[in-house]
Amino acid sequence: MQTATQLEHEVNYLDYKGKYKGIFAWIFSTDHKRIALLYMYSMLTMFVVGVALGLAMKLELIAPGKTIMDPQTYNAVFTVHGVIMIFMIVIPGLPAVFGNFMLPIMIGAKDVAFPKINLLSWYFYVAGALLVISSVLFGNGTPDTGWTFYAPYSFKSGTNLLPAIFGAFVLGFSSILTGLNFIVTIHRMRAPGMTWFKMPLFPWSLYGTAWIQLLATPVIGITLVLVALERIFNIGVFDPALGGDPILYQHLFWIYSHPAVYVMILPAMGAISEIIPTFSQKHIFGYRAIIVSTLAIAFVGYFVWGHHMFTSGMSGTAQYTFSILTFIVAIPSAIKVFNWISTMHKGSINPEAPFLWAVTFIFVFMIGGFSGLVLGALATNVHVHDTAFVVAHFHFIVFGGVGFAFFGAIHYWFPKMFGRMYDKVWAKVGWAFFTVGFLTLYSPMFYLGMMGMPRRYYDYLPEFHAGNILSTLGSWVMTFGLLIIVINLFRSAKNGAIASINPWNSKTLEWTVPSPPPLENFDEIPVYGEKDGPYEY
Amino acid sequence: MENEKHHIVPYKVYIYILVALIAMTFMSIGITKINLGEYSVLGAMIFATLKSILVLSWFMHLKFDQPFLRIMVGFVALLFFAVIFITFLDYYFR
Repeated sequence: MQTATQLEHEVNYLDYKGKYKGIFAWIFSTDHKRIALLYMYSMLTMFVVGVALGLAMKLELIAPGKTIMDPQTYNAVFTVHGVIMIFMIVIPGLPAVFGNFMLPIMIGAKDVAFPKINLLSWYFYVAGALLVISSVLFGNGTPDTGWTFYAPYSFKSGTNLLPAIFGAFVLGFSSILTGLNFIVTIHRMRAPGMTWFKMPLFPWSLYGTAWIQLLATPVIGITLVLVALERIFNIGVFDPALGGDPILYQHLFWIYSHPAVYVMILPAMGAISEIIPTFSQKHIFGYRAIIVSTLAIAFVGYFVWGHHMFTSGMSGTAQYTFSILTFIVAIPSAIKVFNWISTMHKGSINPEAPFLWAVTFIFVFMIGGFSGLVLGALATNVHVHDTAFVVAHFHFIVFGGVGFAFFGAIHYWFPKMFGRMYDKVWAKVGWAFFTVGFLTLYSPMFYLGMMGMPRRYYDYLPEFHAGNILSTLGSWVMTFGLLIIVINLFRSAKNGAIASINPWNSKTLEWTVPSPPPLENFDEIPVYGEKDGPYEY
Repeated sequence: MENEKHHIVPYKVYIYILVALIAMTFMSIGITKINLGEYSVLGAMIFATLKSILVLSWFMHLKFDQPFLRIMVGFVALLFFAVIFITFLDYYFR
């Protein structure tokens, strides 16, 4: 709704006064930009909880034996940490925040195809998050199965698992609806003249991601329902005592959860593909190769789930197949890294904060990727399976990949989203502390895992002490960096210098609208000409 | 949009489909009474596939929709069968 003096294309989305006031103007808004911020603040809230739990785990591990919590509490802490970080932060992560905010603007649309369904997705997100939290606050103890809810323990554990399982189920709906919305938006609402191969790479990455969200998420939904039925009615699908197969649970769980890794990482790669050409002031190298590799990752990523199960007792034939496919999926990721580095080659590099985050993303992602090959090879996997090595690997990929890309993206699009510029010096200080802390926190875990320290244990042998002290110290440094980043961004959103329309001299469409954008983004829908393109420097 | 043809399916076709779906549901239950060994899953999958095709084609109107949408659904079906096939590389060779 609009007043006579407040035309939608004249007032920015932050100041727009509609039918509702106060918080209702946000939680009832169907504007994609406001929904993006709703997601961002909800995720930030959950992220604070997840980080606090992670810090508690590292503090427990600073010395052998009991330090601050007993083993059962430790089991509960790593379970809730995992559920929050995976299902509420990194899976919705970039699509829900930057996808929602930027996708329509980048393709020249006024909103997503189904704005009301978009808001419904956020409601599902909040409902799912509340259900998971309720499993901690009520019932017979916090879930202790790990975020994977592995059978048969997930239906034998006496803890309050049902709300957590149902919460993850509801969160899945949020993901599916967002995916559906993005697919339709990209197919139907691109600006006139913006053909598929003129579309920027971030929307392309969201397109690949959306298909995974749409097709893989129902599998985890049904699987979690089966676990709930197993707990309540003993139906015998996964329970070996009733003729069920617990390895079937692992198959079904990872049929979703491995593609989910690509739900996390593809949009991160998309954001990096926007940042690097901008701060190199150069056309992206291998535009089509990046698109093909995005779709190849999305496709091949469906068929590699078994590498999480090499020691589960599945057949040798399946093991060989999954191992080969895992090595194949590394190829398109390597193509992207090659393209990003080639884009920087002979570019006019501007080392602003988003660029620093992007290059560190490449660095940590490659460490995560190469350590993934150790886990993808059958012979080495057996030695490091379920050790701290695996924890280091997936934190380099998931937190290193998604986290660094998220921080890169927020520093890149911040002036557009809030119309103000952050303090650039503090942004770089925050990045430096975070990066040093991150590497100090997770690198020792590779060594600890190689030496045989198991994951998910609250205690360890004395020979693992030094590595764990280093890791805990790293967690403090990283959190200090995180605090600097968050405080800098919050202060700047309110008091930062006014940002221009295009402070980075980017070429994509979001940098042609005012900062912050007006309610419906464009006064007139832009038209792409023959020679227009997203990276024509 | 006004120029698009809207195909109207007669009610009796919907009833035939419904009857076929109910019949195949009973047949998929009945097949579990026959000991087909390792092929019992295959039997159940065949009935489930036939039922899905009927629902997609008539109830969801795919039969009368643009070829592009049929290709998309076909691609998704292929993906689904590939996932099933790879899963059974474990079960048949375990």
